[in-house]
Amino acid sequence: MERENQTALEDVVIRFSGDSGDGMQMTGTLFTDTSAYLGNGVSTFPDFPAEIRAPQGTVSGVSGFQLHFGSHKVNTPGDYCDVLVAMNPAALKANAKWLKKTATVIIDLDSFNDKGLAKAGFKSENPFEELGIEGYNIIHAPITSMTKEALADSGLDNKSVVKCKNMFALGICYFLFNFPSEHTENFIDKKFGKKPEVAEANKKALKAGYNYAHNTHAFASTYSVAPAKLEKGVYRSINGNQATAWGFIAASEKSGRPLFCGSYPITPATHILEELAKRKDLGVKTLQAEDEIAGICTSIGASYAGCFAVSTTSGPGLSLKSEAIGLAVMAELPLVIVDVQRGGPSTGLPTKTEQSDLMQALWGRNGDCPLVVMAGSTPSNCFHYAFMAGKIALEHMIPVILLNDGFIANGSEPWRIPSMSEYPEIVPPIVTEAPDGGFMPYARDEERLARRWALPGTKGLEHRIGGLEKDFLKGSVSHDPINHQRMVDIRRAKVERVADYIPEQEVVGSQDGGELLVVGWGGTYGHLLSAVNQLRKESKDVSLCHFNYIYPLPKNTADIFSKFKKIVVCELNQGQFADYLRMQHQQFNYLQFNKSQGLPFTILELTEKFNELLK
Amino acid sequence: MENCKYTAADFKSDQEVKWCPGCGDHAILNAVQKALPEVAAELNYSHERFTFVSGIGCSSRFPYYMQTFGFHGIHGRAAAIATGVKVANPRLSVWQISGDGDALAIGGNHFIHAIRRNIDINIILFNNEIYGLTKGQYSPTSKLGKITKTSPFGTIEHPFTPGELVLGARGTFYARSLDVEVNTTKECLVAAAKHDGASVTEVLQNCVIFNDKTHEEFAGKEWREDRTITLRHGEPMIFGKNRDKGLVLEGLGLKVVTIGEGGWKESDILVHDAHNPNPGVHMMLVNMRYPDYPVALGVIRDVADKTYDRALEEQVENVRKDAKIKSVDELLRSGDTWEIK
Repeated sequence: MERENQTALEDVVIRFSGDSGDGMQMTGTLFTDTSAYLGNGVSTFPDFPAEIRAPQGTVSGVSGFQLHFGSHKVNTPGDYCDVLVAMNPAALKANAKWLKKTATVIIDLDSFNDKGLAKAGFKSENPFEELGIEGYNIIHAPITSMTKEALADSGLDNKSVVKCKNMFALGICYFLFNFPSEHTENFIDKKFGKKPEVAEANKKALKAGYNYAHNTHAFASTYSVAPAKLEKGVYRSINGNQATAWGFIAASEKSGRPLFCGSYPITPATHILEELAKRKDLGVKTLQAEDEIAGICTSIGASYAGCFAVSTTSGPGLSLKSEAIGLAVMAELPLVIVDVQRGGPSTGLPTKTEQSDLMQALWGRNGDCPLVVMAGSTPSNCFHYAFMAGKIALEHMIPVILLNDGFIANGSEPWRIPSMSEYPEIVPPIVTEAPDGGFMPYARDEERLARRWALPGTKGLEHRIGGLEKDFLKGSVSHDPINHQRMVDIRRAKVERVADYIPEQEVVGSQDGGELLVVGWGGTYGHLLSAVNQLRKESKDVSLCHFNYIYPLPKNTADIFSKFKKIVVCELNQGQFADYLRMQHQQFNYLQFNKSQGLPFTILELTEKFNELLK
Repeated sequence: MENCKYTAADFKSDQEVKWCPGCGDHAILNAVQKALPEVAAELNYSHERFTFVSGIGCSSRFPYYMQTFGFHGIHGRAAAIATGVKVANPRLSVWQISGDGDALAIGGNHFIHAIRRNIDINIILFNNEIYGLTKGQYSPTSKLGKITKTSPFGTIEHPFTPGELVLGARGTFYARSLDVEVNTTKECLVAAAKHDGASVTEVLQNCVIFNDKTHEEFAGKEWREDRTITLRHGEPMIFGKNRDKGLVLEGLGLKVVTIGEGGWKESDILVHDAHNPNPGVHMMLVNMRYPDYPVALGVIRDVADKTYDRALEEQVENVRKDAKIKSVDELLRSGDTWEIK
């Protein structure tokens, strides 16, 4: 197709938005796949309501999918949109504040009638004026009626025809960005293989949308985004929950211990359990327990009996699991608990992101009850950190909490697929026969301080463990005061020894120190990195120190902090990591930048804050 | 071939048993240590396959006294821990020790779900109708009106009948015994071990300190034979010192009759069918209470059904047979991928 006014862009942020039944997640995913396939850097974030089907046409029922693609590696799904597809007035209303001044807005004109406007709570007949966006480039496309017209001969009923309107909208976007449709057509054929008439209708709607955009000359210019210069290799798209599940499976393969996951469904972590449940082909055993407590207790039982055991949850579930986590600490069994954090407290904001479970992970148990705390920081590196959490748990005979969050769990990005040969072996300290003098369940190796793992069913290793304080060597019950002191001390020392086995902390930016050090942890990495990179391009003296290993902290942490004049700790909570750093390294002054809106940082608010601190 | 000949002494640990003198737990420990050599011999289980898991409470100290693998868990969660052990390694013979508070109050949810799943674990429920370790508060099996430290004016809660709960949760095995009836307990435990699936053996146990003689009105030595009935599959439901009392069906319920009186003959007496999948009669037996009825002991229900652990193993095997993905490398490269050159 001839292209007259084609403009090359480096970056585009596009958001698909509509009713939660409008297929916006699917539309966004298909756009993402094609963009990734064309070699762009991509990052995505789905944003859906807590209700499955909130009242149609209302702002609370709006479901969105945002993606950011560019001619370079993309670190965040973007803050403000270049293109918004709004399938109804509510979608426009919900997203108007996220539009760039130069944004193109594509609306389904058919839904902008009196009824639709009223449902979305507009007071006048001109929603654009009401939202203050009347000067924007708004494409009034009668998407529903054009889809109906295009599919008049499809033989499908009206409901099925209207369902294809998302493909019409996608077709418009494909024209706008000069995207080929083959990849999407192949997907449609696969997805609707058993219903060829539905597949045909979807493909036809896609094409009709594309042709509509072309024929009506709706856009003054179309755009192209060149492929990014990405590392060579085979890529796939992956979200954080899938990556976490696969990282656990990888740790299971490398350790030779079968994977067991006892869990209870909870947003936004459920997808990990679902992903593991699929993998019986790799011998994964999953048990959907009767509650969160049974989830972790079945995992503790499986760990005792020799599995690599994990339990997946979110904040409220972590609260319920706390007593059992204490048992795993006392019994010194390998276990990984992944908490995909969401807005809290209580039920809070189940579908929104937050980093407010850090203190709970570190301290939320009775007694002095230390364990290892780590965090994934991008959708794809959840694979790596799930693997490492498994390695540490299995080799150090210790529970590990992996703190992900809703943002990276649901967000996706292209991932260069690693070869398992790049990953280290995992060697758990399994004992297979009783040494001379008898088996001592709590005898430890000197380096890691890990006790031995004696699996039930192994001859001559019969022993008893439990939640009562253990004798320092025999593991039998001991109420001796001095013994208790030794055990409390060694449980902490054992966690701190993990610092010898994790990599040194890295700094993005000035290695020799400077004006401002931005400190973050977990899922805020992409935003903090983008903001820091942007300011460094403007020659500002700002660097980033972003943590994945939280307890213990990397050994060179204080050394890094000491080189900077100002430290600002940025987190999506009220300052939990900052307070933790004050406990660990009290000699530094920690400034804070915190946000508790259930949303990620925006790069704009970060750069504004950093600029203010640099003054 | 495993050499599976053991004696009770092979299952005694070196730990000093710290239950109160006269506590019913001693007798249950004795019965278990007698049952395991039989279980090992009959099922060809070697010593290291026995694993005991418990919750919290007096009875939950049990694993420390057994020379087997043992895990003393946290309050109420023994069923969940035991489930995990069994799923991880189905070859193990997994035993769960719980009291009435542990299994039916704080652990009630895990108890019914372990039974519903029919996971092959053997639950021994020590029922003394009281919280002993916390020194005498009422439990979910305490009799209505029971005066305890937390019910100084008598409880106003209806108690559970554990067997009823087991049947309600679709249980496949339920037996009941008395702590003092060591042989009956042992027989029940051997049957429980041989049963494929979740088994519950309730042992009515005496707490000499906080609830002494709670079962006495039917368990007392002088009248035990007249006030209890020990059921055996395929045998008529006859009881009494003189073996002259029996159970018959009348209308929709059970009735106690005396053989030779009122025209009742031995052939009229119901024959116990523990293997009947229909829980109707089992439910009536479970709910028999003195003085209207004798209290039922022995294996009341023992029916075959698919177990969770076996179903899971089979599912894994079946999926693996035709699996296209056989390694993590293959998993990572499955589905949609693209190459950047």
